[in-house]
Amino acid sequence: MIVGVLALQGAFIEHEQMLRKLGVSTVELRQKADLQNKPDALILPGGESTTQGKLLKDLGMFETIRQWIMEGLPVMGTCAGMILLAKKLSNDNKQWLQTFPATVRRNAYGRQLGSFITRAPFKGIGEVTMNFIRAPYIESISPGVEVLAEVNHHIVAARYKKQMILSFHPEIGEDTRIHKQFLQMVTK
Amino acid sequence: MSNTTRSQNERYELNCQLAQMLKGGVIMDVTTPEQAKIAEAAGACAVMALERIPADIRAAGGVSRMSDPAMIKGIQEAVSIPVMAKCRIGHFAEAQILEAIEIDYIDESEVLSPADDVYHIDKHQFKVPFVCGARDLGEALRRIAEGASMIRTKGEPGTGDVVQAVSHMRLIQSQIAKVAAARDDELFEIAKKLSVPYSLVAYVHEHRKLPVVNFAAGGIATPADASLMMQLGAEGVFVGSGIFKSGNPAKRAAAIVKAVTNYKDAHLLASVSENLGEAMVGINKDEIDLLMAERGR
Repeated sequence: MIVGVLALQGAFIEHEQMLRKLGVSTVELRQKADLQNKPDALILPGGESTTQGKLLKDLGMFETIRQWIMEGLPVMGTCAGMILLAKKLSNDNKQWLQTFPATVRRNAYGRQLGSFITRAPFKGIGEVTMNFIRAPYIESISPGVEVLAEVNHHIVAARYKKQMILSFHPEIGEDTRIHKQFLQMVTK
Repeated sequence: MSNTTRSQNERYELNCQLAQMLKGGVIMDVTTPEQAKIAEAAGACAVMALERIPADIRAAGGVSRMSDPAMIKGIQEAVSIPVMAKCRIGHFAEAQILEAIEIDYIDESEVLSPADDVYHIDKHQFKVPFVCGARDLGEALRRIAEGASMIRTKGEPGTGDVVQAVSHMRLIQSQIAKVAAARDDELFEIAKKLSVPYSLVAYVHEHRKLPVVNFAAGGIATPADASLMMQLGAEGVFVGSGIFKSGNPAKRAAAIVKAVTNYKDAHLLASVSENLGEAMVGINKDEIDLLMAERGR
């Protein structure tokens, strides 16, 4: 199995390291030429969504990646990745891939002083440590979306078909359980 | 572990991780909300709000200080990406003010006039993160020991001359390689020579890298400069005067962003480098009287 990691900006190396720990090969997607071979799954990492979204378009990668996801390519979006996948953003008029039927709030906890670490249950895994860094959360979901985790009554992880979105950063630290769950979804 | 210590450690962890999220990106100096919007639209991963860019600080002379909080707030309202601002070296009261207006990152910067010629700010006393400049591994680790959660090369700001950033990055990388190759029993002497805690030297020895993210800064003016710094090991770049002192800021900014993402692809670099208009004029480091990099050891 080969997982494509969007490597335009942000914490993509951390995802690659996590996948390598689990014995999975990765390929960095930095430009259109990197999209010639379709990977078996896709990860959209944390970083700045405005930077990544603009580069997706400017580098001619946007349509292919959107098409792949629409056709059912499994994808996990963390933090900025969640914003790129969201159908709608409640506090921003920008829209990106729009493949995940949910409304997401950007910088939902405010500036860096509002960033925090907590532990909360994650569906199918148990309690996990969650690092929220200028993070978004999910305000509302459409039918067919499964809630995977909530913190303080806000949805912070969800799944729709083969798409997973998370407000926090499972690529940081030593815990590989969320990546494992994603890979199970890929192979199922 | 006490609750205070735990929450301080968590805060430091989160601050290092915000820098991780900035990796592979370009942080641009801006002086007005309009410039901040241009930078954000061009793909900046963060902006540095300051009243005068380094080239103008150099030209104006005199004492340069933290920017007007109202000006910084105007930029915070204009963009959704992280906003950084500079305080003077050692000026912890300026840093307290920047924390009070919820800045996302403080740059304790040699670009401004130093407020203390001995002590840097004890950055552990703050919840907001700090980035600091360094010319060599010792400076980098001393700033990290003081609580910096991100490092950048000092370079020579406001010159458009990349030579100093290159020499600082090369020096840091070669010192890291030496520490990594050293025997375990040599690390104590290295720590003593660099005047840094042993634990930080041991970290560099084990991981072959700084414990925090390391960006390039000071004199970067073109997509090629950005690519050069990335190929030398920078994890992202700061561009100060290089953008808004050039002929076509929006185009140059977007080109530098693309250059950082695809820094190894010479064909792409060639295409983004075309027709950018005039680069900042620039001054040679040998032609200037004031070396900002000498400030704060």
